[in-house]
Amino acid sequence: MKLAKAVVVPAALLLAWEFVMRSRGIESDSLAPPSQIAVAFVDAMLDGTIPRRTAETLRAALGGLAIGGGSAIIASVVLGLVPPAARLMQFSIEVLRPIPAVALIPVALLVLGFGYRMEIALVAFACFWPVLIYGHSAITNIEPQLIDVSRVLRLTPISRVTKIVLPAALPRYFVAFRLATAVSLIIAVTVEIASNPQGIGHELMAAAQSLHPDLMFALLLWIGIVGWGLNSLLLFAQRRLFGAAGAAVSASP
Amino acid sequence: MNPRARALWVAGSIAVTALIVVAWQLVADYGGIPPVFLPGPDRAWRALVVGFSQGELAGLTLATVKRMIYGWALASLAGIVVGALIGSSRIARDYIAPMLEMVRPVPVSAFMPVVIAFLGFSSNMVLVVIAIGAIWPVLLATVHGVSSVEPRLVEVSRSLRLGRLQTLWKIALPNSQADILAGMRIGLTVALVLAAIGEMLTSEYGLGFYILIAARGFRSADLFAGVILFGLIGLVSNLALQEIERYMLRWKRR
Repeated sequence: MKLAKAVVVPAALLLAWEFVMRSRGIESDSLAPPSQIAVAFVDAMLDGTIPRRTAETLRAALGGLAIGGGSAIIASVVLGLVPPAARLMQFSIEVLRPIPAVALIPVALLVLGFGYRMEIALVAFACFWPVLIYGHSAITNIEPQLIDVSRVLRLTPISRVTKIVLPAALPRYFVAFRLATAVSLIIAVTVEIASNPQGIGHELMAAAQSLHPDLMFALLLWIGIVGWGLNSLLLFAQRRLFGAAGAAVSASP
Repeated sequence: MNPRARALWVAGSIAVTALIVVAWQLVADYGGIPPVFLPGPDRAWRALVVGFSQGELAGLTLATVKRMIYGWALASLAGIVVGALIGSSRIARDYIAPMLEMVRPVPVSAFMPVVIAFLGFSSNMVLVVIAIGAIWPVLLATVHGVSSVEPRLVEVSRSLRLGRLQTLWKIALPNSQADILAGMRIGLTVALVLAAIGEMLTSEYGLGFYILIAARGFRSADLFAGVILFGLIGLVSNLALQEIERYMLRWKRR
């Protein structure tokens, strides 16, 4: 019932869109009826354009996520376990964090040129901050008793991190990575639209520029599906792995 | 922590930033990186000073800030109005809200080629894209805030016989103020990002266009000056909004 209600309005809009375009015989360079968009979607899927371009985008997005998020884990563990370091770095973080990753596109272009490297570098920069901030709060929010336990057990600093700190902070790190994954896709697509000639973003820009509205809308739809799919996959995993702990963290970052 | 110790820590963290700038200078001077790629802070600073005193940096910055604020204001206004309408009606929540949830995960920059196809490369197009992108955080926060009013407050409004608009204005909106302001803060960040991208794509007068041209001309000092200004815009606008948030929500802390 809930699903039916959710579908009614979009379905009606699509039908109206189709009907108006067909009955008036509108020929447009910027708009195509839904049926043509569907055909273009299937065509681009079958001839390999969409799978190939998606693989390019995901490679850059996930590569950047791994590099940026990975280094942010290390940095956040250091900042979380050594409070003086966190206080000393605070000003630098506050100054660097507001730089929009897209403002660095020209810098990355100048230094690295077109291709994966510049895209991955920009995604990594953008993904670094949310994981750092969430990770830091994850570590400072660990039950103090757990840290006491690790002291009583006389764990070495390294096994304290791997056996106590990281497992306790894991749900928050997962949420941080879920948010960073969305960021990584956004930045990858944005960089492709703005400059980098590869991936779905570039294909979308090319379709719009060459006056193929059917393909353009099909790709827009596909980007939405990819973003939605990634997020639902991670939400599902979060529920499966962490249950109530993950939900509690999502609600109160 | 007493205020004196806190001041010392703040001073220390500023000193660390200063050290990073010094390290940047050393790397630029002796690191073997061609100055075409990496200007030292001295050259970036000079580019800023010259750009503001003789060049058009002030005008460019103003153009970008204006664009960001106009688009964001448009998005916030529309987001609050539409969000309040959807959030306060059960029917709209059931029928329209799921559709919004489906549009939300689309990276907003993906709308840019579509809007270009309709409006061409113009400053209106940039404004529309900023508004489309920055509306989501505000809209969804408003829907959430308005629809999660405490049941007792709803009962109060009923026993006072408030109409729907009055309930919205006097109870639901004040109640969701914190959500809305948080959404507007995210929206402002989105607006800056989209202003930058929009200017790069359309060659509209602004900082985004400026840094792209600087990079193409291998003028790295100007490029870094532009990036620093972008960082400053982000920092200042975020701090300003934080202050506004604190001021507007002061009634909640009592």
